[in-house]
Amino acid sequence: MANNQLFRTCPNTGLLFHKPAETLMKLNAVVAVVILLIGGVLSLLVTLTRWQEFHLLPADKFYQALTAHGINMLIFWIIFFEMAILYFASSTLLKCRLATPRIAWLGFILMFIGAIVTNVAIMGGDSSVMMTSYVPMPANPKFYLGLILFAVGALLGCFVFLGTLVVAKAEGTYEGSIPLVTFGALTAAIIAIFTIASGAIILIPTFLWSIGYIGHIDALMYRVIWWAMGHSSQQINVSAHVAVWYAIAAIVFGARPMSERVSRGAFLLYILFLQLASAHHLLSDPGISSEWKIFNTSYAMYLAVLASMIHGLTVPGSIEVAQREKGFDKGLFEWIRKAPWGNPVFSGMFISLIGFGFIGGISGVVLGTEQINITMHNTIYVPGHFHATVVVGTTLAFMSLTYFLIPVLFKRELVMKGLAKWQPYLFGLGMSVFSIAMMGAGTMGVARRHWDMAFSGAVFGYDFPAVAYTLMAITGISGIVAIVGGAAYILITVLSILFGKKVAGTDEYSTGPNAPLQMAAAPAGHGNIGIGGFVAPGTFVFALVFLLLFVVYYAVNWKYLASIWPMG
Amino acid sequence: MSAIQPPSRRIWWNQPIDRVEGTWIVLALVWCLIMFAMMPYWHVAGKQNLSNEAYRISSADYAAKAQAVIDKYTVRNETDRNYPVVAPPAGSDIYLIGRLWEWWPIYELEKNQTYRLHLSSMDWNHGFSLQPLNINLQVVPGYDMVISITPDSSGEFTIVCNEYCGIGHHNMLGKIYVKD
Repeated sequence: MANNQLFRTCPNTGLLFHKPAETLMKLNAVVAVVILLIGGVLSLLVTLTRWQEFHLLPADKFYQALTAHGINMLIFWIIFFEMAILYFASSTLLKCRLATPRIAWLGFILMFIGAIVTNVAIMGGDSSVMMTSYVPMPANPKFYLGLILFAVGALLGCFVFLGTLVVAKAEGTYEGSIPLVTFGALTAAIIAIFTIASGAIILIPTFLWSIGYIGHIDALMYRVIWWAMGHSSQQINVSAHVAVWYAIAAIVFGARPMSERVSRGAFLLYILFLQLASAHHLLSDPGISSEWKIFNTSYAMYLAVLASMIHGLTVPGSIEVAQREKGFDKGLFEWIRKAPWGNPVFSGMFISLIGFGFIGGISGVVLGTEQINITMHNTIYVPGHFHATVVVGTTLAFMSLTYFLIPVLFKRELVMKGLAKWQPYLFGLGMSVFSIAMMGAGTMGVARRHWDMAFSGAVFGYDFPAVAYTLMAITGISGIVAIVGGAAYILITVLSILFGKKVAGTDEYSTGPNAPLQMAAAPAGHGNIGIGGFVAPGTFVFALVFLLLFVVYYAVNWKYLASIWPMG
Repeated sequence: MSAIQPPSRRIWWNQPIDRVEGTWIVLALVWCLIMFAMMPYWHVAGKQNLSNEAYRISSADYAAKAQAVIDKYTVRNETDRNYPVVAPPAGSDIYLIGRLWEWWPIYELEKNQTYRLHLSSMDWNHGFSLQPLNINLQVVPGYDMVISITPDSSGEFTIVCNEYCGIGHHNMLGKIYVKD
């Protein structure tokens, strides 16, 4: 396989692409974007149904569309894109050939077939069971089978990633330790393996149950193990998009981590504690003890929350230091005022960081508090929370990375740069308002996964306060703003890849040998930047504002809990 | 130079911690420990907790227990479907059935009295969501969850199902009345 020895160097960034890895990155990214389009159309249908003035779909179609939206967005779009990131963070960043490209291909094909099989099952109309597919509500066997095939494919992708790390080490393609971004991707891959194993443990018996080989699956056991996949898969996203934040800070600003030890230590905390969060979904369940709930829901004393709070400081902190060293050293905030807000690679990443932390992070911890959960479990507060983490956080981070990858990986110049400039704002801010409005409706008791908050046709009636309807209308409006932003992303991406001007000097492949990746130069100290011995005082002020909001919101929710009926 | 290059020292865990980071880590860790302590603290000092009391039970056995209470304490029937309105004495065990797509029966309780509320499902997962209080509990088939509740407000309360349970999910409502 001569193909297996071909490399090219990007003339603008110096990044090295191994030809088979390059092809697989492109394929995974393209399939991801196509799935995002499908999920996006579904999101419009779901949004316009829950916006009570329109109430677009009939009940059966609504539940079908919601099932398909959840699976395509939360699983297929994100994991296809993450495969591209894993190959980028291993092969490209380590200047190494991709290990076993054929197995990587096999993984891709399995994922592709799996995604199609599950979607076909949902389209059949007998698998409107939501992404969670809680037993004993049955789905078509194809529904589970597709997910299993997809998971096996993703697992192969993780092994190829790990194999590439081994090859890079053995062949000496880099000096010293792996870069921080690769370290973050490694964290994501380790969590992915745990996630997929949990998925196999529960989905394989469920598949056998659906075709009649197993008589009974305990409903509570299913929930416990399913969530070890369901929540952990979102933790893959957290690790991956934090790695993307670091990558973009490095790419746009040349920022170096403030301290490798702190940033890597925080990733280690993810590996050790992040998966415990499956307990978040079980806090109001019967038959699980409070001790178990408290230990797990808090990631053992909130050590994974600590890790996210660390990344939330060190990513913007590293940007601040880089900016101050460039001369933007005046006052507290000159570094952020003078940041390239018109560059979607940066603006998307920064909105992702703020939205994930301030909206998704704080609401997630509050929602995941054992007793406070009683006032929020299964209300629309829950999707409000996770649209802030997964959509504002992960999806927007991946979108901003795409703007970097189009010239570098796809070798095309971006088209419609004016629209691209606005896209992260439309999408990120639309989605942020959407999340907050949903959380508001959730605190009024509006249920998630529910076709009609007016309960028309029910034996009993119940009227939600008018504010709840208003909040759902705001959800609808801001949802549509975000969908327009999402459509802009897809339009820009597809048109750039198809019709963008070719980037010069990107077609020269050679067989190497390539010089190994150099270690970073030792930092010479930060000089005299910053204020009062703090090199990133602006970021620190942001962090204190964040902490203050966190404390206040947390206290308010305990107060709210204390107002409901005593129970115990 | 950056996060996409190997660190300048192979042994990265010796690198000194910046003052900004060090301060933040201490602050964040303290906050994390406070949040952790709040949950056990609320079990001791707070009044809203889950009981941890639950039993495995078959749907038939659970339905029989519920029926016994209904037979004994029904005071009237409501709606075209003749929902029994059940007014058991304070302190007693009351069984609420979740099934496709209704909550059965209606309970009529007294304010400031404590009842042992049992929740279970006859078929799929359901969600007990008591409005407008916004008390939300997962109802799982095969499990009998017991919670002592003390209604401290009176009036008509609605139970919404907030766990997706199929095509009739949005019509699955129930009632609890609390008398002064």
